[in-house]
Amino acid sequence: MSTATTHDDHHDHGAPSGLMRWVKTTNHKDIGTLYLWFAFIMLLIGGAMAMVIRAELFQPGMQVVDPQFFNTMTTMHGLIMVFGAIMPGMVGLANWQIPLMIGAPDMALPRMNNWSFWILPFAGTMLISTLFMEGGGPAFGWTFYAPLSTTFAPASTDFFIFAVHMLGFSSIMGAINIIATVLNMRAPGMTLMKMPLFVWTWFITAFLLIAVMPVLAGAVTMMLTDRNFGTSFFDAAGGGDPVLFQHVFWFFGHPEVYIMILPAFGVISEIIPTFARKKLFGYSSMVYATASIAFLSFIVYAHHMFTTGMPVAGELYFMYATIMIAVPTAVKVFNWTATMWKGSMTFEPPMLWAIAFVFLFTIGGFTGLMMGIAPVDMQYHDTYFIVAHFHYVLVTGALFAIIAAFYYWAPKWTGHMVNDRLAKIHFWWSVISVNVLFFPQHFIGLAGMPRRIPDYSLQFADWNMISSLGGFAFGLAQVFFLFVIIKTIRGGEPATSEVWEGAQGLEWTVASPAPYHTFATAPEVR
Amino acid sequence: MSSSSGGYYLPEPSHWPITGSIGMFLMLFGFASFLHGGSSLVMIAGAAVLIFMLFGWFGTVINESLSGKYNSQVDTSFRMGMGWFIFSEVMFFAAFFGVLFYARMWAIPWLGGSSNNAMTHELLWPAFDAVWPTNGPGDVGGEYQSMGAWGIPAINTLILLSSGVTLTWAHWGLKKEDRTQLILGLMLTVALGFLFLGLQAYEYYHAYHELNLKLTSGMYGSTFYMLTGFHGLHVTLGATMLFVILIRSMKGHFTEEHHFAFEAVAWYWHFVDVVWLILFVFVYWLV
Repeated sequence: MSTATTHDDHHDHGAPSGLMRWVKTTNHKDIGTLYLWFAFIMLLIGGAMAMVIRAELFQPGMQVVDPQFFNTMTTMHGLIMVFGAIMPGMVGLANWQIPLMIGAPDMALPRMNNWSFWILPFAGTMLISTLFMEGGGPAFGWTFYAPLSTTFAPASTDFFIFAVHMLGFSSIMGAINIIATVLNMRAPGMTLMKMPLFVWTWFITAFLLIAVMPVLAGAVTMMLTDRNFGTSFFDAAGGGDPVLFQHVFWFFGHPEVYIMILPAFGVISEIIPTFARKKLFGYSSMVYATASIAFLSFIVYAHHMFTTGMPVAGELYFMYATIMIAVPTAVKVFNWTATMWKGSMTFEPPMLWAIAFVFLFTIGGFTGLMMGIAPVDMQYHDTYFIVAHFHYVLVTGALFAIIAAFYYWAPKWTGHMVNDRLAKIHFWWSVISVNVLFFPQHFIGLAGMPRRIPDYSLQFADWNMISSLGGFAFGLAQVFFLFVIIKTIRGGEPATSEVWEGAQGLEWTVASPAPYHTFATAPEVR
Repeated sequence: MSSSSGGYYLPEPSHWPITGSIGMFLMLFGFASFLHGGSSLVMIAGAAVLIFMLFGWFGTVINESLSGKYNSQVDTSFRMGMGWFIFSEVMFFAAFFGVLFYARMWAIPWLGGSSNNAMTHELLWPAFDAVWPTNGPGDVGGEYQSMGAWGIPAINTLILLSSGVTLTWAHWGLKKEDRTQLILGLMLTVALGFLFLGLQAYEYYHAYHELNLKLTSGMYGSTFYMLTGFHGLHVTLGATMLFVILIRSMKGHFTEEHHFAFEAVAWYWHFVDVVWLILFVFVYWLV
C-alpha cells in the first residue's frame, strides 16, 4: 500500500504553474477556486448595478439615470446575481468540498468539470456586452416576460438569449458531474445516509438543475424564434399566449430558487453542529425535508402568477401546494435550533453568519408564506414587498450561506485562519446594513410602491432613503470582504488539519491547506 | 497503475474545454450578430472550432479508452453522465410538448371564449373558432393545410422502429463477437436514420410548397416545426454518432464486455425513437 502511494506521488506533483494551469486544469480544487472568484467578481459587478438602482431611488424624481437604463440595471442586476454570483458560488463550494467530504480523488468527470466552468466567463461576457449595444441592454426584468422580451425588446436580447443557453449548458454539465460524483465516487463505507448534509443538499439540487435548465433553454429558444423566425408561441394573434411564457419560465424559475437555497441549507447544516459541538439534530429528517422541498418545487410554480387571471381552481391548488412547503422548511429551521439547544456553543465568524442565516432566512420564509396566500398576494404582487422577500431569502439566505461557507472552509483552502477581528467587523457591518437595506422595503411595499419603477410618490421617500443608505453600506461591506479574502490568502495564523474544535468529517482529516491531490487512496469510513 | 487515485483515471490538464468555450461563444455571438445584419463568418468559424474540438476531445477519450485507462468505476461515471444527459434532453422536449398541450387545452379554448373568457372572445376575436389545428384568430401566415399522419409520418414511424430493431441486432452481434452482424446492423441503422431524415426533408418541402404550412403558420406551424425540427436535429446527431460507432466497429474497436460508447449511442437512439412516438401521436395523429 505505502509503496504504491510513493509511486503515485511521483506521478502527480503539486499544482502546475502559470496562467495555463487555470485554463486547462482538471483539478476540482482549482476549478472550485475559479468558480468562487468568478462568483465574487460577478457579485461586485451585480452589486455595482444595485448601487445605481439605490442611488436613483435615494430620492423621488429622476436624478441619476434615465428610466430605460434604470430598467436595464434591475434586469442585469437580477440576472448577474442569480446566474453569475449565487449559482457559480454554490458550484464552487460543491467543487471544493464534495470530493473532500466523500473521500473521492476528484470529481467523476474532471475534464467536463473544466468545461462547465470555462463556459461561464464567455456567457458572462456575452451577457454584459449587451449593455454596450445599440438600443441598450435588456430592460424587461430578470424574468423576461413576453411580450416585453419578444415584441418590445432591443436587438441585444438575442445575445442575452444565447448567454442564457450557455449558462444552462454549463449548469447541466455541472449537475451531471455532481450526481456521478456522489453516486460513484464515495469512499468505502460512506453510505448515502452517512453523507454530510452539504453533499446531500447539492445532490438533490443537481437533479433540480438537470430537470429545469433544459426547460429554460426551451423558453429562450421559443423567444428566439418568436423574435426572429415568425413563430407565435407567445402571441395570441397566432393562437399562442403571453401567459404561456410565464408558465414555462416559472416551471424553471421556481425550482431555480430552491437550486439557490438548498446548498445553502447544506452549508448551515454543516456549520451549526460544529460550533454547537453536537451532532446535527434529526439528520435523516433533514434529508427527507430537502427531498420534499425539491419535489414540491415542481408543483407550486404558478404562485408567481396569481394575478394573471388563471382559473380559481388553479389559484386554490397552487396556494395550498405552496403553503405545504412551509412544513419541510420548518423541519429544517426546527432542527437547526434543536442542534443548538444545550450545545456548547461558541461564536466564531462562520457560526455568526449561520445564526444570522437562520434568523433572517426565516423572515424571508415567513413573508413567502404571506405571498403564498392567493387573495392577499393580489396586494403584494409586483411591489417592493416582493423585492424585500426575495432579497431576504437570497441575500441573507443564499449569499450569507456562501459567506459563512467561506469563513468555515477558507482555512482548509488557504491554510490560514481568517483574522477574527476583521471577520467580525465584516459580519456586524453586513448584518446591520443588510437589514437597514431590505427591512424598510417591506413597509413601502405593503404601502403600495411598485418594483422596477425609477420614480415614486412622496410618501415612500423616507424609507427609500434609509434603504439606499443601508444599500451603500452593505455594498461597501462586501468590498471590505474582498480585502479580508485577499488578506487570508496571503497570510495569517496557520490552520491545523482539524481547524475547528468540534469539526467532524473527512475534509478535516487532510492537511490545511488541502494538498493538490487528496484521497488518492480512498479513506475507510466507519 | 498510471494514475494517483486507486485506479480511477484522472485526466491530465486539457485545452479541449477552453477550445469548446471559444467555439461556442463565437458561434452563438456570430449567430446573434448575423440575425441583426452581421456577416455569417463568425458563426461559421465558431461552428468549425466547435467541430474541431469535438473531434479532438472524443479522439482523446477514444485513445484513453483503447489504452485501457478506464476501469469499471470510470465506466460507471460515463454511464451516469450519459443517462442524466439524456434525461436533460427529455426535459428539453417536455418544455415544447408542454407548450403544445397548454395551447391545445387552455390558450386556444380561452381565445374562443371558454371558462371565464367570454368577453375576451366577444370583444377581441368574435369571429374566432377555437379548433385545433389553428393559426390563431389573426390567421397568422394565411390559409394552410395541416399535415396528415398516415403518409410519410407513418412510414417514418416504421423506419425509426425498424432502426431500433437493427441496432439491437447489431448489439447482439457485438456481444457474441460477430463483427459482420455488428457492422451490418449498424450500417442498416445508419441508413434507416438518414432515410428518415430524407423523407422528413421531403415532407417539409411538401408542407412549404403545397400545403402553405410554414413555421410562421401560427401556433400549429410553430409547434409542428419546433417539435419535428428539434427531433430531426436529434436524429441527425444520433445518426452521425451511429456513423462514428460504425467506423470504430470497422476499425475493430469495442469488445464484447467493453463497449460503452456503443451503448451510449444506442440509448440516445432509443430516446430519439421514443420522442418520435409521442410526437407522432400528439403532433400528427390526434389533430
